Amino acid sequence: MKAEHKKSIREISPIDVYKLLPQTNCAECGEANCMAFATKVVNGEVFIEGCPPVLTKNYEKDLLKLQELLAPPVRVIHFGTGNSQLKIGGKHVLYRHEFTYQNPPPIAIDISDDMENEQIATRIKKVQDFSYTYIGRPLSLDALAVRSVTQNPYRYTEVIQHICELCNLPLILCSTDPNIIKAGLSACVERKPLIFAITKENWKEMGELVLDTGCPVVVSAPGDLSLLITLVRTLQEWGIEEMVLDPGTFHSDKIGQTIHLFTALRKAAVKNFDSLSGYPILGTPISVWNGPELSDDLNHWQEAYLTSMLITRYADLLIMHSIEGWALLPQLIWRFGIYTDPRKPVSVDAGIRTFGNPDKTSPVLITSNYALTYFTVESDIKTAKIDCYLIVIDTGGLSVEAAVAGRYLTAAKIAESLKEWKADTLVSHKNLIIPGLAARLSGETEEETGWRVLVGPRDSSGIGQMIRERWPPADE
Amino acid sequence: MTDQEKPDISNLIRLLGPGLGELLSGRQIELEHVEVELGELELWIPVGGISQGFPAPVAAAAKQMTPPVKRLPRPDDLISEKFLMEPDVFPAQIREITLGATRAEGGTRGSTVTVGGSTSIPFTHPQSPPPHPPVISLDVFDTRVPMPKALKNHLTEVLDDPAAWAKMNVEQFGADMVTVHLLSTDPLIQNKSPREASKTVEEVLQAVEVPLIIGGCGDPKKDAETFTEIAAMAEGERLLLNSVTSDMADAKTLEPVCKAADTHGHCLLGFTGLDLNSAKELNRRIYQYFPPERLLMDLTTVALGYGLEYSFSIHERARMAALMGDPELQHPTISACTNAWSAREAWMDLGPAFGRNDLRGPLWETIGGITLLLAGVDLFLMMHPLAVSTLRDVAGKLMHPAEIKPDMADWAALKI
Repeated sequence: MKAEHKKSIREISPIDVYKLLPQTNCAECGEANCMAFATKVVNGEVFIEGCPPVLTKNYEKDLLKLQELLAPPVRVIHFGTGNSQLKIGGKHVLYRHEFTYQNPPPIAIDISDDMENEQIATRIKKVQDFSYTYIGRPLSLDALAVRSVTQNPYRYTEVIQHICELCNLPLILCSTDPNIIKAGLSACVERKPLIFAITKENWKEMGELVLDTGCPVVVSAPGDLSLLITLVRTLQEWGIEEMVLDPGTFHSDKIGQTIHLFTALRKAAVKNFDSLSGYPILGTPISVWNGPELSDDLNHWQEAYLTSMLITRYADLLIMHSIEGWALLPQLIWRFGIYTDPRKPVSVDAGIRTFGNPDKTSPVLITSNYALTYFTVESDIKTAKIDCYLIVIDTGGLSVEAAVAGRYLTAAKIAESLKEWKADTLVSHKNLIIPGLAARLSGETEEETGWRVLVGPRDSSGIGQMIRERWPPADE
Repeated sequence: MTDQEKPDISNLIRLLGPGLGELLSGRQIELEHVEVELGELELWIPVGGISQGFPAPVAAAAKQMTPPVKRLPRPDDLISEKFLMEPDVFPAQIREITLGATRAEGGTRGSTVTVGGSTSIPFTHPQSPPPHPPVISLDVFDTRVPMPKALKNHLTEVLDDPAAWAKMNVEQFGADMVTVHLLSTDPLIQNKSPREASKTVEEVLQAVEVPLIIGGCGDPKKDAETFTEIAAMAEGERLLLNSVTSDMADAKTLEPVCKAADTHGHCLLGFTGLDLNSAKELNRRIYQYFPPERLLMDLTTVALGYGLEYSFSIHERARMAALMGDPELQHPTISACTNAWSAREAWMDLGPAFGRNDLRGPLWETIGGITLLLAGVDLFLMMHPLAVSTLRDVAGKLMHPAEIKPDMADWAALKI
């Protein structure tokens, strides 16, 4: 292992960056001055390449120093080309609260060359069509992992050609046989696929292919980290730079080993700056399908929770077999969540939000200022195309349920907010829609505010239906 | 646990209905039709990772490859490197707390559970497994609460009988503990008296032998009255009172609750909403009236999709700070995993593309639980039997994984 002494992103101060900037305060980056820009750089909010002058010839040496200073201990690797190119790795820290995790792990779904062409087409369509809108953003799948099951290079070439005709998804070519990989590359090398894998047995032949084509490659040594970094060291000496590491994804009774292996590798990279461990890690939850389980559902189930564990514990790229929506959805949502900025406030500002073109007869709703509650409600109101006012109440950043339980959302608080935001001047009626999860506050709220309370749905997805069916409310 | 004491899996399948029966049937088939499956095993054996001797296609050889970027001489042999995997050593540890008390210890429980005692971030190194497996407590409510079908299905017969519900949790779903949520005491709902609540707890204590967690309604005054009453009634049982809050401090009810819990030998759970400073502050206030050695923390569990990442990070931060020496955070933590079901993705019919609602819900609860298990949570409040059995299974295998032999990645050529 090659431990180096380098500053972690947490130890780099804005001054360290500022010293290497032009210090002209030209503001071409959009910031007021170089110090402000430097601060954003160390916080991971902007990249150093956002400074136009430093990209010019005059600052060539400073740029190199800056790039070296800020380089993540886990390298960034790209595969695929053009719009569909994927960027993996680029990690700085072990724990999310230390610094925002960068580059969410792409999920590749497998295709095997023993599938009929039609079956392959259906599967690709499923991958491409898979999408879920989460707080207004589409979540989707990213790549295909093409496995050689027949061991026939002709069939492999044919399958890759077929796939390339159907889609632009980035590819991972999966076989430990260099002849198969060579056959696959012949049909898609211009797409810069990721090659899986170099092993102790094939490194000489596979290494030649990697050097010939310039494609990135997975180095695989399941269960043996010493062998893994031995291979990395050897390949580095040979001039191979674009690598991804496969420490092995063990499952069932060995699942604990997988977490140990992934954690050890990532710790070596970001804590000890071991340059042999400083590459993205491949997780292969698809491995569960080699286990003894005879029930497909149980395999999907295992693959699903294992994938979520690998998203939590350091996988930078994932290969899955399941294309079941119920198994994939939690992965996409968890991947989205854990890669958000941990410093992002848990809350949004309290106040009035206006949707559509509300008038004096439009509904008035209330919700909490917990960010995810707010975004969910916002997205549901927009989807339902309702003209209305939404009063966001300061609940200390707690969700409606927690805020009611913890007395952060009370009748008094609701009355105070209606007053503060002058709800009575917005509309000519006095009907207030409160969240279903705050139903128990309805009596007290009517007393405190003098408004009539309508209890809304427990989940804001029901707002549209409620407004259609119950608005305007019938007179008592 | 002897075989007889184990929850009967076929019974579980029957309870969960045909969908889950199918899911679990893999195990059954394995047990009952070994010969049949052996005959079919061929299909499952991966084709070997080596070439079967097909020549490489001519087209491939002829194809122009992109020119090499950098070409150095190939090393003759592998250059040997050794990977060193040292466990982290932390200066401090989490307090170890036993919940429940047997007759010999002054209570009436048949068993007790111990949580905490961790000296490192869990599951990061084979040499430092957590000292105790996570404890799983299953929920019981003393009044009807809105509940997704997936949870209600197997509970229809016990929904109005907390004692029978608790018994079912222990006997059929293998609960280590039972949480009795006394929501009926809420002044804004049924406003039942502390005495009535205490009677419910008494019934549950008689129905099951596992330690209990007592959940309040969230009203700082009412909970204080209820907890005080129950603390005296269940003298010596080492209940976990869920929870004490800074609202109690504001309502001046914190002191009496803490003192009652201390006098009668119970444990307390301090609840705060995703904020370590508040958690520390609340703990300091509690220490004035109650021994830290019997205090646990609930830092708030948010559902996957509704901010699980906030819960995850706050637990990682708390555990790290505690192990580095912050005594105000060296308490075992609990997670109300059941909150998973507040996410619409857990229970809503999202159409055929996201189908199998009967699996998506329990998976939601499972993933929330496993994620926080990785962050160091010690005790889980749960509901769905499949989530419970998966969390328990995974935790056991994380703590004591089977040995591995360095291997080839056989999935690449696997026939699935």
